[in-house]
Amino acid sequence: MAKGKVTFNVDRCKGCELCAAACPKKIIKMNKTKINAKGYHPPFIEEIEECIACGMCATICPDSVITVEKL
Amino acid sequence: MAIVYERSKGLTNAETHYCPGCTHGIAHKLVAESLVELGVLDKAVGVAPVGCSVLAYNYFNCDMQEAAHGRAPAVATGIKRVRPDNIVFSYQGDGDLASIGTAEIVHAAHRSENITVIFINNAIYGMTGGQMAPTTLLGQKTTTSQNGRQLEGQGAPIRIAELLSQVPGAKSVERVSLHNTQNIRKAKQAILKAFKNQIDGKGFSIVECLSTCPTNWGKSPVDAMKWLEENMIPYYPLGVFRTPEEEI
Ligand SMILES: Cc1ncc(C[n+]2csc(CCOP(=O)(O)OP(=O)(O)O)c2C)c(N)n1
Ligand code: SF4
Repeated sequence: MAKGKVTFNVDRCKGCELCAAACPKKIIKMNKTKINAKGYHPPFIEEIEECIACGMCATICPDSVITVEKL
Repeated sequence: MAIVYERSKGLTNAETHYCPGCTHGIAHKLVAESLVELGVLDKAVGVAPVGCSVLAYNYFNCDMQEAAHGRAPAVATGIKRVRPDNIVFSYQGDGDLASIGTAEIVHAAHRSENITVIFINNAIYGMTGGQMAPTTLLGQKTTTSQNGRQLEGQGAPIRIAELLSQVPGAKSVERVSLHNTQNIRKAKQAILKAFKNQIDGKGFSIVECLSTCPTNWGKSPVDAMKWLEENMIPYYPLGVFRTPEEEI
């Protein structure tokens, strides 16, 4: 399985959580301890080694906040 | 390291004013990516509607023109006829296209104007605060159908793709949905094809995109996607209704 790198442009995120719902590995969580420039809880990934670089999170993000790279 | 997905160059760097999780943002990306992939971003001219996407001219990285409510296909007609080498599209909501703008879209289709129409069907008027649209489903509650839309008195929701598929000049008619990644990828292919048709001079193309309005539906973005899938798709079936190859 390919491994991935996911970068969130956190301050543009509106906290809609569509990325978290779309991730087949369910590794995207909203960071309830942080608030971004817009006042939303931004997403983060703890277990990045689980990422398969499918790009689904970025595909569904309405605000083009996410960049996905295949390692 | 290979890029799997990054922000499209077809979008400006502006942050959109759309609500969290609104699928307008997804539709914008697909249009922007398509223009870049077809190499026509430099000569694209978009026509923005009245509705939540009224500020679309700030978001697409190409020339844009604002139209009066519902008149985008007429404005696009004018631009395309004067500048036939440009790639001209209108981007319209269902209040814009299926209500006040019904005449313009029907006649642009009959004339088979060589334009591409991106039609956002979110079953409601978003910008003005969630009033009933012609596309609002039977039983759906809105601020102007508080007991749910009734067939008697309010009529059946208008199926634009089916309606336009009866028009000989509507050369390409497709309905897609933006509720999950698989369907977003299909929607991208449909939008690419609709622009390709214009490049090849095939005539009028429209892509109806089933969309959400989480704010006025009163749902979280994730629940709105589920609601779309469970309620809109049964009434608004997805698929290709017309292709340029088939004459009627
Ligand atoms: C001539 C005219 N009539 C009515 C309005 C009020 N109005 C603004 S947007 C809108 C409908 C928007 O709904 P839709 O096209 O579905 O777009 P959405 O906001 O849902 O994306 C209406 C009726 C207007 N601006 N101009
Ligand atoms: S009101 Fe609805 S259509 Fe308008 S930006 Fe918000 S979610 Fe999108």
